[in-house]
This record gives sequence, structure tokens and C-alpha cells, in this order.
Amino acid sequence: MKQRLVVVGAGMASGRVLEHLTEAAPDAFDITLFNAEPRGNYNRIMLSPVLAGDQTYEEIVTHDDAWYAERGITCRFGEKVVSIDREAKVVLGEHGAVPYDKLILGTGSNPFIIPLPGHDLDGVIAYRDLEDTEAMMKMGAGNKVVVIGGGLLGLEAAAGMAARGVDVTVVHIMGHLMERQLDEAAGYLLKKSLESKGITIKLQANSKEIRGEDGQVKALVLDDGTELPCDLLVMAVGIRPNTALASEMGLAVGKGIHVDDQLGTSDKDVFAVGECVEHDGALFGLVAPLYDQAKVLAQTLLGQEAAFVQKSLSTKLKVTGCDLFSAGDFADGAGREDIVFRDPSRGVYKRLVIEGETLVGAVLYGDTADGNWFFQLIKDGTSIEEMRDTLIFGPAYQGGDTSDPLSAVAALPPDAEICGCNGICKSTITDAIANGATDLGAIRATTKASASCGTCTGLVEQVLQVTLGDDFQLPTAQPICGCCDLTHEDVRRLIKSQELKSQDAVWQELGWKTRNGCHVCRPAINFYLLADWPIEYQDDPQSRFVNERRHANIQKDGTFSVVPRMWGGVTTPSELRAIADAAEKYDVPTVKVTGGQRIDLLGVKGEDLPAIWSDLNKAGMVSGYAYSKGLRTVKTCVGTDHCRFGTQDSTGLGIKLEKVLHGAWTPHKLKLAVSGCPRNCAEATCKDIGIVCVDSGYQISIGGAAGMDVKETELLVSVPTEEEAIETVIAVTQLYRENGKYLDRIYKWLAKVGMDWVKERIVDDADNRRALVERFELSQSIYRHDPWAEHAETKAADYAPLADLTLEAAE
Amino acid sequence: MSWIDIGHIDDIPLRGARKIKTELGCVALFRTAQDEVFAASDTCPHKGGPLSEGIVHGQSVTCPLHNWVFDLNTGQANGEDASIPTYAVRIDGDRVWIDGSKLIARSAA
Ligand code: SRM
Ligand SMILES: Cc1cc2nc3c(=O)[nH]c(=O)nc-3n(C[C@H](O)[C@H](O)[C@H](O)COP(=O)(O)OP(=O)(O)OC[C@H]3O[C@@H](n4cnc5c(N)ncnc54)[C@H](O)[C@@H]3O)c2cc1C
Ligand code: SF4
Ligand code: FES
Repeated sequence: MKQRLVVVGAGMASGRVLEHLTEAAPDAFDITLFNAEPRGNYNRIMLSPVLAGDQTYEEIVTHDDAWYAERGITCRFGEKVVSIDREAKVVLGEHGAVPYDKLILGTGSNPFIIPLPGHDLDGVIAYRDLEDTEAMMKMGAGNKVVVIGGGLLGLEAAAGMAARGVDVTVVHIMGHLMERQLDEAAGYLLKKSLESKGITIKLQANSKEIRGEDGQVKALVLDDGTELPCDLLVMAVGIRPNTALASEMGLAVGKGIHVDDQLGTSDKDVFAVGECVEHDGALFGLVAPLYDQAKVLAQTLLGQEAAFVQKSLSTKLKVTGCDLFSAGDFADGAGREDIVFRDPSRGVYKRLVIEGETLVGAVLYGDTADGNWFFQLIKDGTSIEEMRDTLIFGPAYQGGDTSDPLSAVAALPPDAEICGCNGICKSTITDAIANGATDLGAIRATTKASASCGTCTGLVEQVLQVTLGDDFQLPTAQPICGCCDLTHEDVRRLIKSQELKSQDAVWQELGWKTRNGCHVCRPAINFYLLADWPIEYQDDPQSRFVNERRHANIQKDGTFSVVPRMWGGVTTPSELRAIADAAEKYDVPTVKVTGGQRIDLLGVKGEDLPAIWSDLNKAGMVSGYAYSKGLRTVKTCVGTDHCRFGTQDSTGLGIKLEKVLHGAWTPHKLKLAVSGCPRNCAEATCKDIGIVCVDSGYQISIGGAAGMDVKETELLVSVPTEEEAIETVIAVTQLYRENGKYLDRIYKWLAKVGMDWVKERIVDDADNRRALVERFELSQSIYRHDPWAEHAETKAADYAPLADLTLEAAE
Repeated sequence: MSWIDIGHIDDIPLRGARKIKTELGCVALFRTAQDEVFAASDTCPHKGGPLSEGIVHGQSVTCPLHNWVFDLNTGQANGEDASIPTYAVRIDGDRVWIDGSKLIARSAA
């Protein structure tokens, strides 16, 4: 007698089981198929091309009515299974019961809906089935849609609707898109190409509530208050295995329905397949492993021996023009090594992760042609030892002589493009070399290679090296560090001209050779970005030295020093009392008057920082930034208030300057002083910027030094009024911020650009001076604040240890 | 192994670190850009710099005091004949677990 087989769910996994079963043994089972959706099996993953208008629903149906009829399968579509009686072996659908001998659960998964206020409004949907797709297809030009979730599904939904002219915004909580499949570099490239399709992307954006009107969605509100109006809101934030039936019938269920290698559940007559299962701790969200499961399950049902084995997975995104590929495991583990290749002119990024002698992961963007080859190496665990140096160039470069590290360049064919900007190929460069161009400058002059964006400089140099051998001398211009081939000055120039607004953008577009820089380049790049793009770029504390991240100076024993601001060196009895109280309360071992006219509390424990700051804040004091590449002190003398020689209010001007400049980050530290007359008691002529008051006004001079070098300032300009003095000082500061090399004090920067260059921009050109002041003020609208108050209030927990195992052990 | 649940992964800043107190002194938990977590001694063998305050780049950390660079996989200092002890870490969902067998062994003895 035929066995009765009941299948719950007509999804991609169970559909594949039915194909195998009916092909191998057409008469073995009497099959009944339930499906909650009012239709049979279709290719769910192709909903995205349907949404984008590249295919129709009819084209993606895998099993039509005729298919089921030919195989004698009883279809109960649009009917949900409500319960299952394992004792009686009966499945209860909404319209009646069906007995079974064997049962397959293929219930897939449920999209996760974040329980935000308003999540049950009309127009809030997930992206899972044809109904969701149709709701999105109703949108067109003039409509606004917000998609929560920058993973595979969210981005396919966004791109599909954007292709229909919809104004789409993607809100993603993480720092880069598709963070589970991509690293930040590939995520950056993906963001860029989606933005070029007109999609707005908000990263690190936290949704707070959904607003509606008359029960219909109207807008999404983020936790920073931003309101994003929308006619439809799509949540694509993840899936949860659909285990409701299985739990209710008493099967073993964890995150998914527990299955063994044969897809059997804890009941010997019940099997489960697809996204609803949990196998050996793993859940599934892509079809490749589900197809493997389907095959094993069909064989098991037919009494054949088979076992499901988990394999490495690869991902692609079905969005035209976004060519990405990721495979294997680049997420955690010890003993790993990266190989990174970037070609900024073509928007290509490749990263291979190697463990020991094998390739374990690969991320490719822009050029994914070798993806499958890499994937095969990962799956087979092939030893890559022999081809390590050229592995990243793909199969075409294997098998040659790999002992020479320059061999990859040597192996490039003559027509290989070297300079993307100018379309210069290798032979043009080698011809130029043959004609006597033997250094980079000559190559640039004769061929234009590397003369535009400059990112192929390293490659051009390698061509020179390969062609000239020992005759070639590497140029002396120092790159920032081993992560790149560019100097600080080049990087600054390129950040401005190419409008690079994130670290990922810099690393990719300027050809960084490491994943995310190092302790030398990261602080510099972080500064350049925040100085050039104060609004668009967000300061990255993890790219700062400890002092600037902790807002205190680290001491040799790991404690910190705390220096509150004393504006212009002026204090009050109540401030002094608060400092004294804090020193006693926190057992501060040393209280010292600094060379900068203020008081230093040295030896404060890291854990006490938020509390001592909060105490000082209460007395009206703020961070003195004694740790910063930024404004330190403005020394003053007593000036007209008390001194018989004073010509102007030097103390007052000093305080005003400290108040406008504080919080500003600069290439190196910035110290000012204002003296009331040429006797110069505030030592203004050895500061970065010094002002000496005279009867006729204010002499502003810059570029002094009194540290490792000692140098007198040079006069920039004399101005009659205090307002002009302040405007000039701000303009100099901003010019230095925009052009200085990281870790150059003003005097070093001045030696490079020359005083005339500075005067032209600040003294001779009033418009430019005002524009500099405006840009400074814009930046200060974000950076002029007290970090101590902010940290004491919102980040205090970060200053304490994460856990204390000594306590646990004592228990 | 004896696994101890230390906290949520987001308690450790991305490309940053947090320390935990143990019987063997402070141990730093580093989180890389790729959401890998490594555990190693917080104390630099050079002059005792707190490594959890260093800059985390790739799978390395740079000591904040004098810039020694440590490979977090092995604990080996770049170009120096020195290393720091490392400890096994496991991530389960959002939780970070550390192998406490070495870290609490002393108190048991
Ligand atoms: C506290 C103080 C010494 C004091 O007890 O008086 C001091 C302390 C330090 N100075 Fe200074 N400098 C202090 C005034 C000065 C002065 C005098 C001044 O500001 O009028 C100078 C000479 C002027 C100058 O800046 O050039 C000075 C030139 C330096 C230099 C050399 C800078 C240069 O470009 O040549 C360094 C090293 C550096 O910055 O790279 C330095 C670095 C340091 C550091 C931050 C060393 C470090 O990186 O850990 C010291 C921090 C100690 C701590 O933990 O708090 N300190 N330092 C002074 C704080 C002033 C303030 O209130 O903010
Ligand atoms: C838009 C989109 C794009 C995707 N793109 C890709 C891709 O590019 N690559 C890739 O590998 N994967 C992709 N996926 C994932 C892939 O579609 C799923 O992994 C796959 O469909 C899961 O198959 P399944 O059979 O487990 O579940 P499903 O295909 O979801 O089928 C489960 C079925 O069971 C039914 N059901 C549930 N409960 C009951 C009940 N009580 N009674 C009756 N019926 C019930 C449901 O209605 C559903 O029809 C994509 C998914 C979506 C939504
Ligand atoms: S700078 Fe001149 S005016 Fe000011 S205190 Fe010194 S001597 Fe007096
Ligand atoms: S203490 Fe770490 S490098 Fe000196």
C-alpha cells in the first residue's frame, strides 16, 4: 500500500523534496501538500527581479497546477495547517483533517518585525512573499518609501523600488551595509553604487517610532529626532524560523526545529526541511544548503542512506550594477592573514582571508569574475602555499614563477591598464622608460600616468622597478605609513578633490593596502576628515590616541591627569575650592601649577574620571583639552586691568579667544598668548599664535616655538580693533586646520607654505578670510562643547571594567 | 574549558577594547572591525602600558605608551622578543564568552 505523506508548506525546500521523490519513485507516496500562501511553489529568491520589473510572477513559478496534477499531488493551497496530532497521526488544516504515515514540516521562516510603536499600522510590511512584493510594486514616482535594514533583502527591495522611480531611503543600524556578508570596504563601495541609483542610505541610524495618520503609515522617526516621511515602510531586519507548529506538537525545538543528519525530528515519522530547521546549532537563510537538505531527505524517505553536511556558503546580491561576492568565513578565528587588493579607478576591492595554508574567506567587489574559483579553493581546502603571492590576481596568474614579489607586475601583459584616470597601459610606460624616462616625475611628464588622482603611483613605481632593475631608486617622498603609497599632503589634497567623506572611502579610493589602517595613519585620516567635512563625517574615537579618546593624559603608571580650563589663566576662589575638594575626594597624589597658567591634577584612576569631571562641571569648569591636538591654552598677562604699562585688555582678549577656539581640533596642539605690551609677560612671541598689544592695536604673529625647537614668531599683520584681531586668529587657525600635515605645529607648516602664502589668503583677501571664519564656525557648531560633561553623563560605564572575575572566583 | 559569559558584544566598542579584572590581573577584550573578539593580557611587557587603551587595527593592537604592536592571534609583539598571554574567546549570538580555566585557576588552588 502507498504510504501517506503530508507536507506542510509549499516552499523552496519542500518543493525540491517533492521533485526528487516523484522523480525517483513516482508511486511510493500518496502526497498531500498544504500551503498557507494561496499558490504553489515559486522561486522566492526571484521576487526581487519581479519587483524591479525584470521578470514577471509567471516566469518564476516553479510548479504550476499541471505539474502537481501529473504527479497526483493533492494541493490544499491557501489553507493553513492549524495543528497536528502525533498520537493519531493526523494533520488538521483550516478546512479539515488528513491522516499521515510520514510528515514533512517545511514551514520556512517568519520575517522579524521590530515591535516599534506603530509597527501595526497599514503600510508597514515585511519582504517575504508575493503579497509584499505587490504592495511595493504599487509604489511609483512621487512615492516615498523607507526600508529598515541594509542587508540582502532590504537592499534588493530598495533597489527594486528605486528602479520604479520611488524615492527610497534605507535605514541601517550598523556602520556599513550587509555587515554579515561584507567587510567595511566592500560595504562602502556598495553604498556608493546604491547612492548613485538615487537611494538615500542612513547608517548607524536607530529607529524609534513609526508615525501614522488614520491608521496609515506616515513617517519613521529616528532616535536623533530625524523624521523620514513615507507612504510605505518595509522592514527587512531578519528572519526567525517558523517553529510554531513544531513546538505546539511537542517536537524538540531550539531556535529552529532540531533535526539530525537525515532531517529527522525527535519524532521518527516527522521530518523537517528548510529555513525552519536547526542543524547542529546552525540556522539557514540561503537556498544552497536547503537544496542539499532536500536531496538528503528524499533519499531518507526512500530508504537510502544519506547525510546532510554543512558547507561554506557564498552570497551574491541581485541588484544590477552592484557586483559583489562573499564566501566562506572572514568573521572570526585565530591565526588569520589578509591579502587586500584595491583598484580605485575601477572601484574594485578584493580581500582574501588565509588561515595557515588554506583560503577560508573571500570578499570581492566590482570584479567578481574569480569568485567561484576562490569559493572552490575554500570548499576544497586546497593548499595555497605555492601561489600565495599571486593568489589575489586569480587563476590566470597561477603556475608561473612566484618567488619574485614583483612577478605579478612583471606578468602583466603590455596592454594591461596601469593608470585608470588617463587610460595609460603598461607598454606606454615601458616605452617611455626605454626612451629615457627613469623616474616617476619623468613618467608623469611624458605619459601622464599617475599624474591625476595619483593612486596608481605604487604600480607605476613597480613597473619602473621591474623594467630598470637596480637602476631604479625609490623616490624619497615619505608615504604616511606602510598602509599606503601617498604622502600626507597628497592624501589631504585627494580627500578634498575627490570629496572623500569616510575612512572607508579614503582606504578604498586611495588604495590602502591594509584592512583598516594602523595606529599611524588612522589618527591622521580621522583628523583630515573631520577638519574637511565637519558636518558629513563623524569623529571616530577608536582612531584617536588614548588621551583624546579618554579626554585625559595617560601617565606612565596607567593613571590619568585632569586639567580643567582656566580661561585666560583667570580663576576664582570657588573654582579653586572645587579643585581642592576634588583633589582630596579622589586621593589625587599631585596637584601642580602648569606652564600654561592652570592647575593639573595628576594620578587620577581611570575609573574615577567620570566622577571627578562631574564634580568639576558642577563648579562650572570644563575640559582643558590638555591632551589634545587642538586648542590648549591662551596665556595672558594682567593688561590694562591692573598693570601700569598695559595698552589693551590682554586678559579679556585672551579669554575671548579661548572661548571661541576651544574644542577645535588642529593638526597638532595649538597654544596662544596675549601680552598687554611689548614687555611681553605672556611670552606671546614663542607661541603658535601670539598677540602683542600696542597703542595702535594688535600685532599678530605666528609660528613660534619653545619646545624641542625654540623660535620667535613672525609678524603676520597688525590690526586696529579687537574684532579684527579675533577674526584674523580664527582665519589662521582654520587655514592651518585645512592645510597642515598631521603632527606639524604651525611653525613647521609655515616653513613649508611660506608666510607670503598665508598673508595672501588672510591679510590680502578679506573675502577669503571671512570664508575661513565661516567654515571654522560651522565646524565649531559641532565641536565646541565639553566632552567631560558628555562622557560623565552618557559614557561613564565605559570607564569601568566590563567584568570582575576576581569576585566571581571568590564565590 | 570553563566558559564565562562576559557581556554583550556591543559593550566593547568596534575597533576598541574593554578590560576585565581577573586573578591574573587585567585582561583586555578587543573587538575588531570585523566583529572578531580577542582576549589577551592588558599589560604591555615593555613598561606596563594598558593595551585596552591602544588603537586596534586589523587583528593587532598598538600599545598607547610607546607603540609596540601586538598580533592579537598569538600575542607576539612585532619585532620584539616579547609576547602577551592570550585567552580563548567565543561569541554566541550577541554574547561574548571567555575561557576562564586559566583566569580563575589560581584562586581554586
Ligand atoms: C603639564 C605641563 C607641564 C607642567 O607641569 O607645567 C606639560 C606636560 C606635558 N607636556 Fe608639555 N606641558 C606643559 C606645558 C608645555 C609648554 C609650555 C607652555 O605651554 O607654555 C611647552 C613649550 C611650548 C610648546 O608647546 O612648544 C611644552 C612642550 C611640550 C612638547 C614639545 C612640543 C614641540 O612641538 O616641540 C611636548 C611633546 C609633544 O607635544 O609632542 C609636550 C608634551 C607634554 C605631555 C603631554 C607629554 C605626554 O605626551 O604625555 C606632558 C603631559 C603630562 C601630563 O600627564 O599631564 N610638551 N609643554 C604643561 C601643561 C600646560 C597646560 O596647562 O596645558
Ligand atoms: C525577496 C527574497 C530574496 C531572496 N534572495 C535569495 C538569494 O538571492 N539567494 C538565496 O540563497 N536565498 C534567497 N532568499 C532566501 C530563500 O528564498 C529562502 O531561503 C527559501 O525560500 C527558504 O525556503 P523554505 O522552503 O525553507 O521556506 P519558504 O520558501 O518560505 O516556504 C515556506 C512556506 O510554508 C508556508 N507555511 C508556513 N507555515 C504554514 C502552515 N502552518 N501551514 C501551511 N503552510 C505554511 C509558508 O506560507 C511558505 O509558503 C531570498 C528570500 C526572499 C524573501
Ligand atoms: S605685558 Fe606689559 S602690560 Fe602686561 S603685565 Fe607685562 S608689563 Fe604689564
Ligand atoms: S609600555 Fe607598551 S610600548 Fe612601552
